[in-house]
Amino acid sequence: MIDNISWLAVYPEIVLLVMACVIALVDLGVTSPRRTGTYVLTMLTLTVVAVLQALYANTGNTFYGFGNMVVSDAMGNWLKCFATVAMMVTLVYGRPYAGDRDMLRGGEFFTLSMFALLGMFIMISGNNFLVIYLGLELLTLSSYALVALRRDHATSTEAAMKYFVLGAMASGFLLYGLSMIYGATGSLDIGQVFKAVNSGQIRHQVLVFGLVFVVAGLAFKLGVVPFHMWIPDVYQGAPTAVTLIIGGAPKLAAFAITIRLLVDGLLPLAIDWQQMLAVLAIGSLLVGNLAAIAQTNLKRMLAYSTISQMGFVLLGLLSGVVNGNVDANAVENAYSSSMFYVVSYVLTTLASFGVILLLAREGFESEEISDLAGLNQRSPLYAGVMAVCLFSLAGLPPLVGFYAKLSVLQALVASGQTLYIALAVFAVVMSLIGAFYYLRVVKVMYFDAPLTAANVSAPLDVRMVLTLNGALVLVLGLLPGGLMALCADAVVRALAT
Amino acid sequence: MGLLSLAIWVPIAFGVLLLAFGRDEHARAVRWLALIGALVGLAVTVPLYGGFEATSAAAQFVEKAQWIERFNVHYHLGVDGISFWFVPLTAFITVIVVIASWESITERVNQYMGAFLILSGLMIGVFSALDGLLFYVFFEATLIPMYLIIGIWGGPNKIYAAFKFFLYTLLGSLLMLIALIYLYNQSGGSFDIATWHQLPLSARSQTLLFFAFFAAFAVKVPMWPVHTWLPDVHVEAPTGGSAVLAAIMLKLGAYGFLRFSMPIAPDAAREWAWLMIALSLVAVIYVGLVAMVQKDMKKLVAYSSVAHMGFVTLGFFIFNDLGVSGGLVQMIAHGFVSGAMFLSIGVLYDRVHSREIAAYGGVVNTMPKFAAFALLFAMANCGLPGTAGFVGEWMVILGAVKANFWIGLAAATALIFGAAYTLWMYKRVYLGPVANDHVRDLKDIDAREFLVMAVLAIAVLYMGLYPRPFTDVMDASVAQLLKHVALSKLN
Repeated sequence: MIDNISWLAVYPEIVLLVMACVIALVDLGVTSPRRTGTYVLTMLTLTVVAVLQALYANTGNTFYGFGNMVVSDAMGNWLKCFATVAMMVTLVYGRPYAGDRDMLRGGEFFTLSMFALLGMFIMISGNNFLVIYLGLELLTLSSYALVALRRDHATSTEAAMKYFVLGAMASGFLLYGLSMIYGATGSLDIGQVFKAVNSGQIRHQVLVFGLVFVVAGLAFKLGVVPFHMWIPDVYQGAPTAVTLIIGGAPKLAAFAITIRLLVDGLLPLAIDWQQMLAVLAIGSLLVGNLAAIAQTNLKRMLAYSTISQMGFVLLGLLSGVVNGNVDANAVENAYSSSMFYVVSYVLTTLASFGVILLLAREGFESEEISDLAGLNQRSPLYAGVMAVCLFSLAGLPPLVGFYAKLSVLQALVASGQTLYIALAVFAVVMSLIGAFYYLRVVKVMYFDAPLTAANVSAPLDVRMVLTLNGALVLVLGLLPGGLMALCADAVVRALAT
Repeated sequence: MGLLSLAIWVPIAFGVLLLAFGRDEHARAVRWLALIGALVGLAVTVPLYGGFEATSAAAQFVEKAQWIERFNVHYHLGVDGISFWFVPLTAFITVIVVIASWESITERVNQYMGAFLILSGLMIGVFSALDGLLFYVFFEATLIPMYLIIGIWGGPNKIYAAFKFFLYTLLGSLLMLIALIYLYNQSGGSFDIATWHQLPLSARSQTLLFFAFFAAFAVKVPMWPVHTWLPDVHVEAPTGGSAVLAAIMLKLGAYGFLRFSMPIAPDAAREWAWLMIALSLVAVIYVGLVAMVQKDMKKLVAYSSVAHMGFVTLGFFIFNDLGVSGGLVQMIAHGFVSGAMFLSIGVLYDRVHSREIAAYGGVVNTMPKFAAFALLFAMANCGLPGTAGFVGEWMVILGAVKANFWIGLAAATALIFGAAYTLWMYKRVYLGPVANDHVRDLKDIDAREFLVMAVLAIAVLYMGLYPRPFTDVMDASVAQLLKHVALSKLN
């Protein structure tokens, strides 16, 4: 029996699904080499979806639909709204690039992106292991295809292969872990699993066994050490526009499923998964930051930087529960700090890849750090945007990345645990190392002489969005209160149910 | 908008405007706009002096507004006797730097001027922030423009220097960040510095906090042995960068000791005072000796900065009012004197493009006006009575003698080194016969340079002859601080 409430929970998803199919059909008739028609339709659809999500999120209501299979709550809706906006921005940046590289012969670039977004939506709103898994697969399958979109390009196809093999393995891990937990608790429903685990009736070993695999699967998807190997290769190998599709919005979805699986479903096991997250976080901070120093390829460097940034997200996630005591305040603090971190990270990543995309011209990828040499002389504006992003990623005030790090560190220190405070100090030392390689890029842009005098030009929409995006990194750094409050509120509402 | 907000945001607004200005065709307009911005920035700090109630130790010109609700952070500004003088000083030095860089900077003028104006606003923000996080944001944000100033307009080894500067100071401040978060949690969710002053803390946490703050501020001052970045940076930085760095930025660290370390962790501050005094004395004596053997003028003045800042921290940690006010006076005086020293070197460098002492000799023959000014500044640098440099050092030494005769004696001997290296440099550069053709071709300073030098000379003499306006403002706040530090926070 499907009632009205059920449909209410998934209207935006339905709009997206229907429009993705419609656009795929309409695209057959589009003849413009830049797929203008498809592009406009896609953007319109995404705008509608984003607005719908924002409206839902604003009401703050929580719906369950389809017999508890999906949930629509403030956290999910905001994440979906941000993911949609991130996808729109990605497509704006990516279209000229894709057009120049013969990736727009068909409309797959747009329709696959929409299906990937739909996958993210399903992940974010899944309230059932199976639904989450389905969403994940929809996202990753679309991503594999997107990475391989340049059929005749060796590195792209190689990256796609790597991505596919490792991604399939990760899915296997996750599925295996989920099935173990299903076996132990007898349910796929997150709420039921929580009750069963919380009852303390279930054999701990089986649960922990399943948990290990779930965490490993999640770690793959978040791209944290030691499951990070695919990240640098795929980031570097994929066409830059696709790198941004993979590296932007999906982080929001990965964060959502981590919250849903670990917090909503397995919070009573927090003491177990926190240890695992701590190990993953330490590894990510260490490997991500150290390996990034050695990179000469900008995309690869940003990939390693992503790994270390995700380490910070994990630090936020693990600080919510102290000694197995669930304290509402600490939980709110910890998970909202992580959410803030992910959102600000995605915002910054969009702009930094946006600059890379903008500098890439036909037949020239602008991937090496040295390609940015003297950017300040060629275009002070884009150099400024990039510098703002890099300083933000390094965690310097007054940029949004600073508050992200601040709130995570605050959550860690607030726990009062010596171990967590030590982790905070470790994270700080690591971000100092991180500052070095971000600074190196700033150095290349500002202190080195340009290798080419070619003017940097871009379509008006790209210029405008990029400027806005960079400005937002700064403005949110000056006035971070609103977004912080939004994240806190969303997390509270999501966990209250 | 309050006066302090204006003092912070007027230069920043002008700086951002300059950044938007574009390319060097408009360099002339850019310079004038920068000058106007700096002058307006200075003008808005003038009413501060009129409105300041010197008898009160409380923060004045207070502005408070909610900033980040979630973390209970406030946009909370105010100055007391300790921070008061640094606001106009910063604005003043900015004007000087803009005028002094008028002709020596020809590339990307708008970014250069913009960076200095933004930096000026940020530094005033540091001195007037009464909220811990606001302080940190300003404190850290100053790194970005300074990094770019060194890296873009610096000397041949600028990149090494820029990285060293950035990473050294960042490491220190990140540890301070942890301390701030810890205090936030201890105080039950407040970033208010005044609240932290009243917070009871255990001996262990005080010690940890003291050293976390030490990491941030000692690097910034810089104290021996974490001073090594300073000479490197000074040598590579453009003249204006060196001047601002020595005149203002180093003071951020010393100011932090007074605002954070001493009042928040008074027991730890007293317990570890011996260490601070020892490090300060090493800075004063050993670094003074190091300065003597330098071949590069900028390096010499940089080491002399370290030595002079040693006097400041020495004054603070002997815990009497003469010492603390002496340290503060020394901070302001060093602002004028070191600024002037670096600008004088800049004048020579613009003409000869060398900072080697050996490349000069007999400059007084070709540039008599300039040499006269340089002599005054050199005298101030060695602490001749009647100049700004004398007052602070003398007060610190008096304070030190009051606390412990031997410390006072050790500090006083350093004056001899100071006189030695400064005068020796002066002799080698300015006196004697004309050494080479470069010096023979030198042109004396023009009206613009004369203006800069004259304004600084007046400041140096005024402060040396009549320091009362400076000390009067401080007395109440310093007394209050010392009273506070004398009380134990344990239990």
